[in-house]
Amino acid sequence: MARRYDTRTTIFSPEGRLYQVEYAMEAISHAGTCLGILANDGILLAAERRNINKLLDEVFFSEKIYKLTNDMVCSVAGITSDANVLTNELRLIAQRYLAQYGESMPCEQLVSALCDMKQAYTQYGGKRPFGVSILYMGWDKHYGYQLYQSDPSGNYGGWKATCIGHNSSAAVSTLKQEYKEGEMTLEEAKALAIKVLSKTLDLTKLTSEKVEMATLTRKDDKTVIRILPAAEVDALVSAYEKLEAEAEAAKREKQKS
Amino acid sequence: MECLLGLACKDFAIIAADQTNAHSIIVMNNEENKLFKISNHMAMGITGESGDTTQFAEFIAKNIQLYKMRHGYELSPSAAANFTRKTLAQHLRSSTPYMVNMLLGGYDTNSKESGLYFIDYLGSFQKVPFATHGYGGFFCMGIMDRFHREDMTVDEAYDVLRKCVTEIHKRLIVNLPNFKVQVIDKNGIRDLEPLTAKKLQAPQ
Repeated sequence: MARRYDTRTTIFSPEGRLYQVEYAMEAISHAGTCLGILANDGILLAAERRNINKLLDEVFFSEKIYKLTNDMVCSVAGITSDANVLTNELRLIAQRYLAQYGESMPCEQLVSALCDMKQAYTQYGGKRPFGVSILYMGWDKHYGYQLYQSDPSGNYGGWKATCIGHNSSAAVSTLKQEYKEGEMTLEEAKALAIKVLSKTLDLTKLTSEKVEMATLTRKDDKTVIRILPAAEVDALVSAYEKLEAEAEAAKREKQKS
Repeated sequence: MECLLGLACKDFAIIAADQTNAHSIIVMNNEENKLFKISNHMAMGITGESGDTTQFAEFIAKNIQLYKMRHGYELSPSAAANFTRKTLAQHLRSSTPYMVNMLLGGYDTNSKESGLYFIDYLGSFQKVPFATHGYGGFFCMGIMDRFHREDMTVDEAYDVLRKCVTEIHKRLIVNLPNFKVQVIDKNGIRDLEPLTAKKLQAPQ
């Protein structure tokens, strides 16, 4: 029965749902995990890297973290080819704004402009929605550091910490427990990102090959965007493992006594 | 024939525009307003083709109001000036160009800086400490260069404009008796006493 409302993106089912949009969301829940954490002195994005093959040419250091403007970075979860179209569009929108007003585009306006396009693909006939969720981190003079998330439906929202992709709901609930409102530093956020990722990814051991991380901070009235080198990620991972081992030992000690 | 004058100092910008409306060889009136409010902290002095001036100034002002309604915050003066230039340049390369010259004076409440922007009908754009448009300007650049300082008070800047207008009255062949003056600072836009030939001739 449901199939009758499946063929076109733009048709509501009798329960008032748009199946194609829900399927797009489903596609994303199988994609590599991305998470973002807002801190007082900056923001970070971390993403799981899925395509690890030593035969792969390392032309791109970063697989799914994209710089959009001088003040904005995004990371994507979903169909990579769709994501490329969207990041291209994001860069175009931002450059058009820069050409018109001579200053960087405010973060929310860019997110909202792209979401208008995503929404259009859920309404106009003959098109399938973009199978992509995006996390955006950015800085603007109006609201400072900001973290946004957008869905295939065209919905978007601002977050303090959030996660998209595989196992994202588990990660979000961990973030909810561990996020210290209003007192996060970027260093704490980095440690938290590693902790959450190592809990949510079905990997025995986290390595810099499987995780990429980018930070956005302000220095001397300029935005600094930094993709963390592998060594730094590895250092974060080993620091986390050490902490975890200590906690484990303490626990065992307690059980003994 | 028309004339615009402007100065930018540390915490304000001041602009003056003549009030003469002339068609061909006839002076139609001497009480014309060529200064437009663009936003709460931005004013535009505009000269050129007489229909174009009002039309373009209002078009820019309304678009900047629209931006504020859409996004909940005002466009900064530098962004508004860039937008003005871009719009003018786009129209220049269409079948409906605007023949207008402008001075934009603004105060950025965010960065707490004032700015004066020079835009001409060909879409050239410059942020400047002082600027003029029109023949009257030829006699004023020297005065402004000599007397402009970054740390002037409004009274001092007004006095520089008075010197400029006196010179225009003395040397320019065209009759431009009245100049309307506005100041843009952190409190917004306010009118100053117009500089008129009548008052400038009276013993001070």
